[in-house]
Formats: sequence, structure tokens, C-alpha cells
Amino acid sequence: MSLSNDQVGHIARLARIAVSASELEATRDKLNGIFGLIEQMQAIDTTGVEPMSHPQELATRLRPDLVTEPDHRDAFQKVAPQTEAGLYLVPKVIE
Amino acid sequence: MINASLPELRRALDTRQLSAVELASLFLDRIDAHNPGLNAFITVDRDGALAAARAADERIAAGTAGALTGIPLAHKDVFCTEGVLTTCGSKMLGNFVSPYDAHVVSLLKAAGAVCLGKANMDEFAMGSSNENSAFGAVKNPWNTARVPGGSSGGSAAAVAARLVPVATGTDTGGSVRQPAAFCGITGIKPSYGLVSRYGMIAYASSLDQGGAFGASAEDCALLLGAMTGFDERDSTSLERPTEDYAAALAAPACARPLEGLRIGLPREFFAEGMSDDVRATIDAAIAQYRTLGATTVEVSLPNAKLAIPAYYVIAPAECSSNLSRFDGVRYGHRAADYGDLADMYAKSRAEGFGAEVKRRILVGTYVLSHGYYDAYYLQAQRLRRLIAQDFQAALQHCDLIAGPTTPTTAWALGEKADDPVQMYLSDIYTIAVNLAGLPGLSHPAGFGADGLPVGLQLVGDYFAETRLLNAAHRFQQATDWHAQRPACAA
Repeated sequence: MSLSNDQVGHIARLARIAVSASELEATRDKLNGIFGLIEQMQAIDTTGVEPMSHPQELATRLRPDLVTEPDHRDAFQKVAPQTEAGLYLVPKVIE
Repeated sequence: MINASLPELRRALDTRQLSAVELASLFLDRIDAHNPGLNAFITVDRDGALAAARAADERIAAGTAGALTGIPLAHKDVFCTEGVLTTCGSKMLGNFVSPYDAHVVSLLKAAGAVCLGKANMDEFAMGSSNENSAFGAVKNPWNTARVPGGSSGGSAAAVAARLVPVATGTDTGGSVRQPAAFCGITGIKPSYGLVSRYGMIAYASSLDQGGAFGASAEDCALLLGAMTGFDERDSTSLERPTEDYAAALAAPACARPLEGLRIGLPREFFAEGMSDDVRATIDAAIAQYRTLGATTVEVSLPNAKLAIPAYYVIAPAECSSNLSRFDGVRYGHRAADYGDLADMYAKSRAEGFGAEVKRRILVGTYVLSHGYYDAYYLQAQRLRRLIAQDFQAALQHCDLIAGPTTPTTAWALGEKADDPVQMYLSDIYTIAVNLAGLPGLSHPAGFGADGLPVGLQLVGDYFAETRLLNAAHRFQQATDWHAQRPACAA
């Protein structure tokens, strides 16, 4: 498998990471090296093997439906890039 | 005093040979003297440390001190510390003063341990050399032209250089064991689920696990014992009673303390790829284990070679999801100039993340994208099952598995920095253990041809931490490899 520059650009858009035209080539080469390593997996027949997502195979715990957290808004928004009146500010998304 | 074990420091504090404030000052002064050359710390919290030390002295005076009260330590900068900069080695979190403590940090604060600062690390714990830190590479205390290993390189270098007696770390693919090996100290990654991940900035959640660094297995046992325990805020935290690992090491030393212990030697770990000096050192250490009464048996981990490709699907997939939270909205870096919201995300992330983190996010995004999930992520999870089954089969024939922690000693700074695949391959012996979720420990076994430390890895079945620590402790009672120090700590 070998990624094209267009594919790398598409992945970068999905990942919301700006990759400039000058970085594209080098990024593609590095990714293709990594996929070369990953491709070794495809030689193995895993028919009938159950995927393993977690070492302990835990079921999700349930807890009583009670309020457990106090309001941390001020503390949490202190580290935000831009807030106003308790809200996070972002560029306008609806015209 | 700088080379004292935790039990020796405990006695010194309890007998008022020195105060916790004096002990903290001693190590803070060592950080001032040696950190400029090693870069093991991102943040040194002198004021916070001295305040914690004063509180520890009060507890000692009141007779309410525990095993770690007044003991200085460092936290890997992946652990959130309330009111203290928590960067995760990234420009993305370069200004992040955490509003809360990680569970591990809370537990150690409650135990009275004195945090001196935050240890340098590969950005978001992605790396094997600590060269991927936005705050500069860490240097190996044994030879400052060599890497300390990663991703917990700062923690390992700080303990090896005796800038701090013990330190926390995290291990997703070897990030405690490999730097412990490269820096000539002991490090343990417990079974997945024993240490809460709450407040431990996530990389690959099904693999990430907190761990402990110390000069010896005994010191690691004391620190790890205070880090484990059920935490309802981590959905993967296990509801098991905590164990007193240190107490389990208390049996008196004897000639053949490991009589009856069966050590499995995976033939795949002793095959090609291991350097000659590492092989000779590991063989000698295995012979020492036999002298202590252990027997050895060859075992096989036939799918071990698939661990690296499977890991480099699973870990990037999980990281691409976990790191989507860094969007420049709620915390962390936001680009100065941007157009619309999508542009703000893309520029903030491009500026805030380093090259290796971006690569892993891109790999993860691809393998999880439409049409590729089965071929990559599911296939990797199936291989993960095969690898875990291999360990279970091998552990039918032995109590512990032993081998080298790494194929070589620490490489030169810069040597693999531009070749991610070569860097990945260096984790060949550690990654499979994370995929299986088993406990692993690395302890010093001797020195390679270049005078750099060699680590021996022990792997046990789930919840065999005591057995791992006890085996290493008995080895360390009979040898002095763990007592060797680099020149700056001699």
C-alpha cells in the first residue's frame, strides 16, 4: 500500500490538522514507511479469532443516578483560550 | 543520603536524622545543579515541594507518618497536578495549569509524598527516546550523548541521576521499562487496570498504564503500592483489594530464595536482533537467577513479532480519538490567526502538536476511516488476542518470563530521530506485554560494551506484581548492578 499526496491531504482534513504543501511530501514518505510496517499484519490468517479490545474484558459499571460533581466552570474556564459570560468563544459558525 | 533506599530514608526521617524539608532541599539543590545538563524536568516546584515537606514534618512529629510521608518524588508530566503546569511534553499544553489532580497524584499527596516537579517526556507519551518533547531532549545520565529512552525519559533520568529517589511514569508500549533499562534503574508497569488513569492524559486508553521507577525493586514496590487501587472515575479500574507489595519482600535473605521458581525464556526474544553485549549480559543475569534457585525452561511466543505492527494500528487509532479533544476551544494552544472554526481547529492542532504526534494521529485517522476499519483495526485486535493467548500458553510452563528489555543499550541522540520505523522496532520486547495487559518489570542486569546499562525484563501473569518484584528483589540482594551510579550521582 502506498498513500498519494491527495490521500494524505484527505486524512489531514479528517484529522483537522493543517499540512502545508511543503510538508506534504515528507509526511507522505514517513506515513508510507509506517504503513509498510503495519502491512505485515495482513499476512496472518485470523479467521475465527475474536477481536480483543481490552485485557480484562470488563463490562461497563453502573452507578446510582445521582449528582456526583459540583460546578467547576470557573476553574475549568480559567485555562480556556477565550471565554465570555461563562461561555467558550469560537469563530461564528452560523451566518 | 542521595543514594539511600526508601526504607533508609524512612528511618532517617523517623529518627529525626534529617527533616523532610532538609531532604526535599537536598534533592532540589541536586536538580538545580544537574538538571541544566540533563533536562529531566519540565517544571520544578520548589515552593510547592517545601510546603508539602513542612506538612510531612508535622505528620512525622505527630506520629501519623506513612511509608512515603516526606519522601521526595517526581511525576511524569502526563499526570495532572492541580495548580501546577501540566504539559504532557507538548506545546499544545504549554500553558496548561491543571485545575485538578490525577488520581495517582491525589493518592501520593495523601500519603505525604513530596512532589519536587514534573518530569520531561516524549510528547503525549509517544516516543522511545524522549527526543519528541517540545521542551527538548532528555540526556542519559550515564552518557549525555545518548538518549535516556522514552517516553518516561525524564522520570528515569531523574531517578538514575539521583535528582529524586523515585518517580512515576506511564507505559503504553514500554515507556517505563525501556527508559528504566537505558538509565540503569528498576521500573514496573503493573497489570492493566491496577493504576487509575483518571487525570493521566490519555494516549492509547486500552494500553496506557501508570507505573513506578526506583533504584531497586524494593523502592518500586513502596511507590507502586501507594499508586494502585480502585477508582470509580476510571471505567477500566479494577475492583480488587490493594496489595502491600513491599511487605511481601520482607522475607529474610537466604542462599536460594527463588527455589522452585520456573523462569520461561521465549526463544523469539533470544533470536536475531539482540546485540551481542546485551545477550552476554542477559545470559549472565539468567545464570544468576539459576544460582538463586530458579529453573529455566524455553517457551515460545510465536506471534510476538506481530506485536509492533498491531500496536502501530491500535495505539494510533486510539490516540487519534483521544487527541481530538485538543481543538483550541476549552484548553491548550489556540492559533493566533485563523478564519473560520475549521481553520481554527486545523491551525491550532498543526501548531500545537509535534511531528510524531501528528503522524500517529494521521495513521489512526486513516485506519479508522470508512472502509478500512476491518482490514486494520479489527485485524490488529485479532492479533492482539493471539499475542495474549501466546503468553497464557507460555505461562502454563513457567511462573515468570524473562528476557532482554531492549535489543541494544541506549543509542546516540539523533541517531533514530528522523526514522520513526527504526524507533518503533526498538520496542520489540516490551510492546507485546502491553497488548496482553500483563505486568512487566525491568531491572539492571549489568553493562554493555559501551559502559551503558542493560535491563532484564520480567513478565508475569495478571496480578503477579508481587512475584515480579520479589524475583527482582532477590536478584538485587545477591548482586549490586542496581547500586551502580552514573558519575553525577557517585
